[in-house]
Amino acid sequence: MSLIVLKPGLQSTIQDLGRYNYSHFGISASGAADPLSLKIGNLIVGNKESASAIEMTIIGGEFQFDSECYIAIAGSEFEASLDNNYITNQKAIDVKKGQILSFGQAKTGARAYLCIQGGIDVDNYLSSKSTHILSGIGGYLGQPISKGDILSFGINKNSIKPIIFRQLLDMNTSKIRIISGLQSNFFDDKAWSSFISNPFTVSNSSNRMGIRLDGNKILSNIESEIITEGVPLGAIQVPGSGDPIISFVEHQTTGGYPKIANVIIADIHKVGQLKPGDKFQFNLVSKEEAEELRLEQMSFIKNLKNND
Amino acid sequence: MISYPKIIPASDSALIVYFGDIISYDLHRKVFILTKYLIDNPKNDIINIHPAYNSVMVSIEPSSRLSKTQEYLNKIIHDIDNIEIANEISEVEIPVVYGGEFGPDLDKVAKHCGLSIDEVIKQHSSAEYLVYFIGFSIGFPYLGGMDNSLATPRLEIPRKSVPKGAVAIAGSQTGIYPLSSPGGWNLIGRTPNSIFNVDNPKESMLKMGDILRFKSINTEEYEATFL
Repeated sequence: MSLIVLKPGLQSTIQDLGRYNYSHFGISASGAADPLSLKIGNLIVGNKESASAIEMTIIGGEFQFDSECYIAIAGSEFEASLDNNYITNQKAIDVKKGQILSFGQAKTGARAYLCIQGGIDVDNYLSSKSTHILSGIGGYLGQPISKGDILSFGINKNSIKPIIFRQLLDMNTSKIRIISGLQSNFFDDKAWSSFISNPFTVSNSSNRMGIRLDGNKILSNIESEIITEGVPLGAIQVPGSGDPIISFVEHQTTGGYPKIANVIIADIHKVGQLKPGDKFQFNLVSKEEAEELRLEQMSFIKNLKNND
Repeated sequence: MISYPKIIPASDSALIVYFGDIISYDLHRKVFILTKYLIDNPKNDIINIHPAYNSVMVSIEPSSRLSKTQEYLNKIIHDIDNIEIANEISEVEIPVVYGGEFGPDLDKVAKHCGLSIDEVIKQHSSAEYLVYFIGFSIGFPYLGGMDNSLATPRLEIPRKSVPKGAVAIAGSQTGIYPLSSPGGWNLIGRTPNSIFNVDNPKESMLKMGDILRFKSINTEEYEATFL
């Protein structure tokens, strides 16, 4: 069972929930930019939440199927049709042999996931199917998919019962919650107040490695570099230029810029839905609250699996 | 008054252990021991380890609590001086063709440092380097030990593509490009050796903690090794 890529879209990659235990070789986890949507899309077609899917960015692709299968689209809403009939997100759709699935532009957010029953079947590289574009590894030949690629799917059939998902996820990206970062004390009250009370705009040079922000300059009153140390997912680094960068799924494993703050893990999926030109504001929460929100999000997914 | 080691949250799913606030061989040894211990005794809650100069950061599984891993790390670092780890440190010799098409910026480095080309080569290939850790990007070794007389600022305009094996200088650091990638370092030579094993990173030639020397070779030797 396979599909052929008729149009790849702007940047479409194979993603699962990421590659772990290799950051001490300089390989960050990568994985879905909006992991929450990937999980939900997978559960709707009866996959394990971690199965591999096609992540599309801003402009979706066009795919023809050579056999019948179940699919679901999750994440942001794109213009989407199956043989010219409009289709909607977060519903299991029965695709027949020969049908063409077409995506246009994202109507909201930035990324959608095409989840197929049984997952996309590419070789594992270091225990994951996630593409890490900057390292040129994983997924399909270590790069975004192109026209003419043939992707197999449906090998990993499993017996999980598909869920029906009728809730609306909070995809509001106008506020992104943060906790203070390892070098938050490098920035005085004035810098902090500017950081959390003014909006930032997502720059055009953003990618899966980092979301670059334009707005008020945030300047350190101590130093603009530190002894290189580990960089966590969601770390907001501030280089000497004063324009913050959110370290995203393909982030560098270590870095030498001070980190003013860190996006909370429960809001990482929202960062994955930011696109160039979007405006948003940071909202500071406590570390305890951030951890509770993360655990709540994990139980939310667990309960979806158990209750259905 | 800050006392080391200390463990603090780096995000709501990561903790960082600081062993001090300088770059030194002593701190490296502690970073090395903790990293090795965590790799050799895998624990489900810890899903990534990021060693650096004076710190080790760990990322935890998103359904676990930070406090659980914090307690675990506390116990280990409390007892770190008694941890015995298998000594897998190797001394690695990296052959390098300096200059010419292999090191297009060697002239520039020599001029900047006020040295002859031979002096740069001699200085660079006579020092002993420590692989502090692998980080930043895939397979990239952070090397310590370059003589400051070779320090040269980065290129103003980075190259779109630097070949795999390029040996380079940026500021007071020297490095080797493990794979072909864009880069802004001054290229002084190139090694035919593959320092990073993409298919199996654990089997890479160059590992954290290794001691490295560069050996100047000529183009014939380069071709011979490459084949």
